[in-house]
Amino acid sequence: MATAEVSSNIKKLQVKRFKPAEDPKNTYLTDEKGLWAWLTTVDHKKIGLMYLGAVAFFFLLGGLLALALRTELWTPAKTFIEADTYNQIFTLHGAIMVFFVLVPSIPAALGNFILPMQVGAKDVAFPRLNLASFYIYVIGAIFTFIALFNNGLDTGWTFYTPYSTTTTTSVIWVTLGVFILGFSSILTGTNFITTIHKLRAPGITWSKLPLNIWALYATSIIQVLATPVLAITVLLLTMERFMGLGIFDPANGGDPVLFQHFFWFYSHPAVYIMIVPGFGIISEVITTFSKKHIFGYWAIALSSLAIAFIGFLVWGHHMFTSGQSAVATTVFSFLTFLVGIPTGIKILNWVATLYKGSIEMKTPMLYVFIFLFLFSIGGFTGIMLGSLSADIHLHDTYYVVAHFHYVMMGGTLMALLAGLHYWWPKMTGKMYSEVWGKISAVLVFIGFNLTFLPQFVMGAQGMPRRYYNYIDQFTPFHQTSTIGSYVLGLGLFITLFYLLHSLWRGKKAGSNPWNSRGLEWQATSPPDFHNFDHTPVVIHGPYDYHKPMEEFQLGLAVSHNGHGEETDVKESKVTTN
Amino acid sequence: MANHSTTHPAHLHHHFVDSDQQFDAAKMGMWVFLVNEILFFGGLFCAYIVFRAWYPDLFQEASHELNTLWGAVNTAVLIGSSLTVAMAIRSAQKDQQRGLRINLLITIALACVFMVIKAFEYSHKFELGIFPGEWYTYTGFEHPKASVFFSIYYMMTGVHALHVLVGIGLIFWIYRRSVKGEFSSEYYTPVEITGLYWHLVDLIWIFLFPLLYLIE
Repeated sequence: MATAEVSSNIKKLQVKRFKPAEDPKNTYLTDEKGLWAWLTTVDHKKIGLMYLGAVAFFFLLGGLLALALRTELWTPAKTFIEADTYNQIFTLHGAIMVFFVLVPSIPAALGNFILPMQVGAKDVAFPRLNLASFYIYVIGAIFTFIALFNNGLDTGWTFYTPYSTTTTTSVIWVTLGVFILGFSSILTGTNFITTIHKLRAPGITWSKLPLNIWALYATSIIQVLATPVLAITVLLLTMERFMGLGIFDPANGGDPVLFQHFFWFYSHPAVYIMIVPGFGIISEVITTFSKKHIFGYWAIALSSLAIAFIGFLVWGHHMFTSGQSAVATTVFSFLTFLVGIPTGIKILNWVATLYKGSIEMKTPMLYVFIFLFLFSIGGFTGIMLGSLSADIHLHDTYYVVAHFHYVMMGGTLMALLAGLHYWWPKMTGKMYSEVWGKISAVLVFIGFNLTFLPQFVMGAQGMPRRYYNYIDQFTPFHQTSTIGSYVLGLGLFITLFYLLHSLWRGKKAGSNPWNSRGLEWQATSPPDFHNFDHTPVVIHGPYDYHKPMEEFQLGLAVSHNGHGEETDVKESKVTTN
Repeated sequence: MANHSTTHPAHLHHHFVDSDQQFDAAKMGMWVFLVNEILFFGGLFCAYIVFRAWYPDLFQEASHELNTLWGAVNTAVLIGSSLTVAMAIRSAQKDQQRGLRINLLITIALACVFMVIKAFEYSHKFELGIFPGEWYTYTGFEHPKASVFFSIYYMMTGVHALHVLVGIGLIFWIYRRSVKGEFSSEYYTPVEITGLYWHLVDLIWIFLFPLLYLIE
């Protein structure tokens, strides 16, 4: 903002010195107790935690399925499960990880908890819809489980026709499950967009929004625009199986390539639903532990929107070998390269933020570095897959599998782990074990690369994805990959264990253990039921690390909304810039 | 931020600062939801465009099997209901309780008329053997992909009819609340956002009618 404007913006404000109670008596956890209170709560923080529990459960399930797959691939022929079972396991691994873990993980679990706090609101705009979205998620999951115990599913998570219209496994249960699940995602997105627009506390202008909020905003836009297309696609597919509509199934006069267009019109933007909120977490964590203002605020904020926009125009790069026209293929390839630009802008700005920062290598920061390393590899291999001639060779090989896991697991899940460790003290009021945190982060890093680096090599040499058997020359690569997956699994189990352990034995966290300047850290840990004991007026930006901590104070809004009177209030002149 | 009164009105939820914020948020939420509805139908329109581009003769021929007269009547009925729902909102804004209730009842009645006409259209086609997909048995005209047109017809009008049913439920709920006198010029948010939804349902039909019935 220009200096001339600043002087005209000087207003008299009541301010409260920044010093939230270190040992709060009333928190959202003590406010209402008992199972029923949790199941019927409309508090965004509790709903966020319920989502976190559900996502963790599905991540465990999907992870165990992945370990079963890797174990089966130890030998070129059968190791311990039948080929049909193998097909069902990789389908369920994909469907669970994509629809039940990656899509809701950051927005619905962490985002639900953090977003209203970062904009200084008491809750999201529609708390009851927020609770409904959780139960819709549960109902979608139940439908998918019915399929699991009723013939299973072996189409792969992509449900390509005509196989999905002819297989004897229970496609309808899963497509209906995904259809229902979509509404949970749509409701979350609608809630977030409205909250960000309408419920920001006084003083939080668009230029003072934390980058996490910008990322969630871009994510919500994709959720609202893309998910309904998936909904109609799986509905048409369900009807195709039920009454042979003839839109997708060639046997009835339909077109299977049309299904691929419909499917990827959602499912490509969906990978940005998964990764963009991760970008938001990285921006938050990287400034906190560099103790430095973010470099290129607007570049990072707007690149999230740019990714959301371009992400809608690239779905055809999944279909280079499907027989779509050469012109379309060329255009899609070109547009795919464009996504690399805003993503590169983000990476470079984060690295510039590190420059001359005073870096504190806590576990969340360690995960940020792992993210930067793994996600860059994932991004670059994505460019290779987006180039036409290379993709013809690499299409449907383990190269694609490795690329996808580098961006989704190396990107989204590492960001999720960074965010989970970063906000864990805020959510629970307890510190996790820093030593075990670092040990498991290192195990995860080593295990991840052991698992997926060999898959790039195998894929480039022609090992197709989803195959039950393979030729002998790939044995060492597959076995390295399997060993890596065990190491990765061990690292994640340790994380689960010490995080749960900290709930009972962890040290008290204090309101702001990282000395962050973010608004959510100016509430108590764990926060009050209403997040803040008064409506905050935000005076400082979320990344003002050049200002000393003592200067951090919140203004008081005229209304207290009927909450506790403040004791430490003084009048002073502050710039509202 | 507007001045905050010391007493909270009954309709104000705890997490909003004032009624204006609550109204703006509700309205925006509904608009975002409508965008999402448009994309949901967008998939069906896209399927329509693709198949019509491939089989233009099929669409011309099959369209003759649809009853243009009843389609036109239904269009008029829905446009009329959009008018009455708008008048209901107007009544609420002007504190006219009786006008609000009457307009809501007329809207419900018109929506029911739409559904009844739709039911007659469907049952007439079922008698002829015009079913969606693989159950299609009609032999009135020759085209290898004849069933595909009617699959698209049933999906589009069927999903739309579901939205009409949901709309009837919502407007009935609004009516029940208006009988209890919950709405006034101070608070009419549910009336307004239900009206928005109803306009969209109407608007989609306005596109469906010419696309399906009026192909020459």
